[in-house]
Amino acid sequence: MAYQFPALTSEQKKELSEIAQCIVASGKGILAADESVGTMGSRLQRIKVENTEENRRQFREILFTVDDSISQSIGGVILFHETLYQKDSQGRLFRDILKEKGIVVGIKLDQGGAPLAGTNKETTIQGLDGLSERCARYKKDGANFGKWRAVLKIDNQCPSHLAIQENANTLARYASICQQNGLVPIVEPEVIADGDHDMEHCQYVTEKVLAAVYKALNDHHVYLEGTLLKPNMVTAGHASTKKYTPEQVAMATVTALYRTVPAAVPGICFLSGGMSEEDATLNLNAINLCPLPKPWKLSFSYGRALQASALAAWSGKAANKKATQEAFMKRALANCQAAKGQYVHTGSSGAASTQSLFTACYTY
Amino acid sequence: MPHSYPALSAEQKKELSDIALRIVAPGKGILAADESVGSMAKRLSQIGVENTEENRRLYRQVLFSADDRVKKCIGGVIFFHETLYQKDDNGVLFVRTIQDKGIVVGIKVDKGVVPLAGTDGETTTQGLDGLSERCAQYKKDGADFAKWRCVLKISERTPSALAVLENANVLARYASICQQNGIVPIVEPEILPDGDHDLKRCQYVTEKVLAAVYKALSDHHVYLEGTLLKPNMVTPGHACPIKYSPEEIAMATVTALRRTVPPAVPGVTFLSGGQSEEEASLNLNAINQCPLPRPWALTFSYGRALQASALNTWRGQRDNAGAATEEFIKRAEVNGLAAQGKYEGSGEDGGAAAQSLYIANHAY
Repeated sequence: MAYQFPALTSEQKKELSEIAQCIVASGKGILAADESVGTMGSRLQRIKVENTEENRRQFREILFTVDDSISQSIGGVILFHETLYQKDSQGRLFRDILKEKGIVVGIKLDQGGAPLAGTNKETTIQGLDGLSERCARYKKDGANFGKWRAVLKIDNQCPSHLAIQENANTLARYASICQQNGLVPIVEPEVIADGDHDMEHCQYVTEKVLAAVYKALNDHHVYLEGTLLKPNMVTAGHASTKKYTPEQVAMATVTALYRTVPAAVPGICFLSGGMSEEDATLNLNAINLCPLPKPWKLSFSYGRALQASALAAWSGKAANKKATQEAFMKRALANCQAAKGQYVHTGSSGAASTQSLFTACYTY
Repeated sequence: MPHSYPALSAEQKKELSDIALRIVAPGKGILAADESVGSMAKRLSQIGVENTEENRRLYRQVLFSADDRVKKCIGGVIFFHETLYQKDDNGVLFVRTIQDKGIVVGIKVDKGVVPLAGTDGETTTQGLDGLSERCAQYKKDGADFAKWRCVLKISERTPSALAVLENANVLARYASICQQNGIVPIVEPEILPDGDHDLKRCQYVTEKVLAAVYKALSDHHVYLEGTLLKPNMVTPGHACPIKYSPEEIAMATVTALRRTVPPAVPGVTFLSGGQSEEEASLNLNAINQCPLPRPWALTFSYGRALQASALNTWRGQRDNAGAATEEFIKRAEVNGLAAQGKYEGSGEDGGAAAQSLYIANHAY
């Protein structure tokens, strides 16, 4: 077994490790603003706004031009390709605005799902072709991390061994290619919440999936200190009749993680996966208060759970800019506190923040 | 993917986890006194003593008659089958004496190495046949943990993928069977120090081996909180011309563990593998002072590195028994300190303490 082919130099490792730590430092988390055009369509439809490039640009502008203090809660923002090249109304590139605030810019790199024949409608993820060249280009254009979402579901005979192996392998290939180009890969093996399974079943599946992911990362010589994990929390399926407290979710989640995620991984940034804004915050807080060993930062990488109230406040009207920014800032601060186990539930959440954001079989 | 076949009940898990935590309680480690008849032959011939059952009994008596000072630094003792049923001069079972000191009794259960055809002299380890029945009997006879040693070696083309996979699999089967019988499995994937490879090479191989071991344990549904790991420290090969400090060894070792051993594992009990008594203590101490975050206990499971001076002092003479026992207690206390990063070094190199205990291609 030869080792004389190190994948990365010490300088490359140092750069990756520093970027990763910067994103999750001091309770900071990630704003996942990388909704594809199609997905933004679903979002905008809910607030009755037309899905045009200009509307998408306007909404993102409102979020990114929020007060500089946002950088105490947000360490990184994931962008969709289009957004990386968009500008605000003064002609400044969004990526420069974010960089000036000290926020690390990330880019969604996967290209959506493709079916796995011979399975119960399971999928793998495309996007490896030409990925190295794309990464190099994005790095030049200001991105320092990438994100790739693999999807697994709990169902009859699912996730199958093939689905787990295939998704773990593509995640590892993606991660390896990112690191070669100076991008920190966020590894996202989402076990979606569709179904009526209980929390214990989700925990079992999550442990198997994560074990496979970390074996694949090891096989592909990925430098763990220069990665981040974006997993689901361990919860019951959306159609489950059982209810669990945040403490139960926290215990199941941290147990699954500490049985599978090596301590070398600097940070775990949970996806919100359709949880309401408030639940996403309460669960993250409980996770950070969980008494089990937690050698990684436990933070957030939220899309819907950071933006739902903001979207509702905006409703497509420029006049609502201030209200939109306030709504966003409020969730950002709440989640930053939760990432330190310091969130105090005020009890006065708006309608949008408690509303479940679940969309069946969520894909881009 | 079904989860409805849990391998262990909650009570079984608790029992296993409690045993593991007792063994690696702060400041405690393991005395590996499980040398087979063949291994004892080598030890005894070095001090000119005949390898009879009675001499082996007398020698173990030297160790087990240590006074209460060992209570705070020895959490477990690994026995060989024969020794589990031997008694001291007063007719008291050794098992009883050890248990009365609050020390957990363990038993070696593997049956030695066998060749893997088609490889460059690589091996797997046998002992799975009837293992469940043997474990049940050992549990009745006072054992609460077990140990199984697999062996891998570094050379131009080894360890091969087959050797890594096969040994990881057999370790996982053993671990699963132990847990079914209320016995905590110590998982030992030893990478021998034979060879002239440098520290980096050993680290690389150790990471690959441990990743495979933990994937196999996950696949076999082993409850990590009820296991212990007994790995090699990451060191250069014995014939390597480069010298490394304890701090370098510590950093390489802890880095390898952080990248592969899930935080759920309660303790890592290093093998000494031919290091001198003093070296083994200094390295363990440096490991416990390493600045990287370490979520598991890092302690010792030493054979030669706890017994060399004792053996040399005893030399088969009853009159020397007391002095020999003192030598053992001394090393035990030193390693208890090293397991907390509090050992300050002997200052003087004792005769047996600094002498390298390396035996080429060590097998039991």
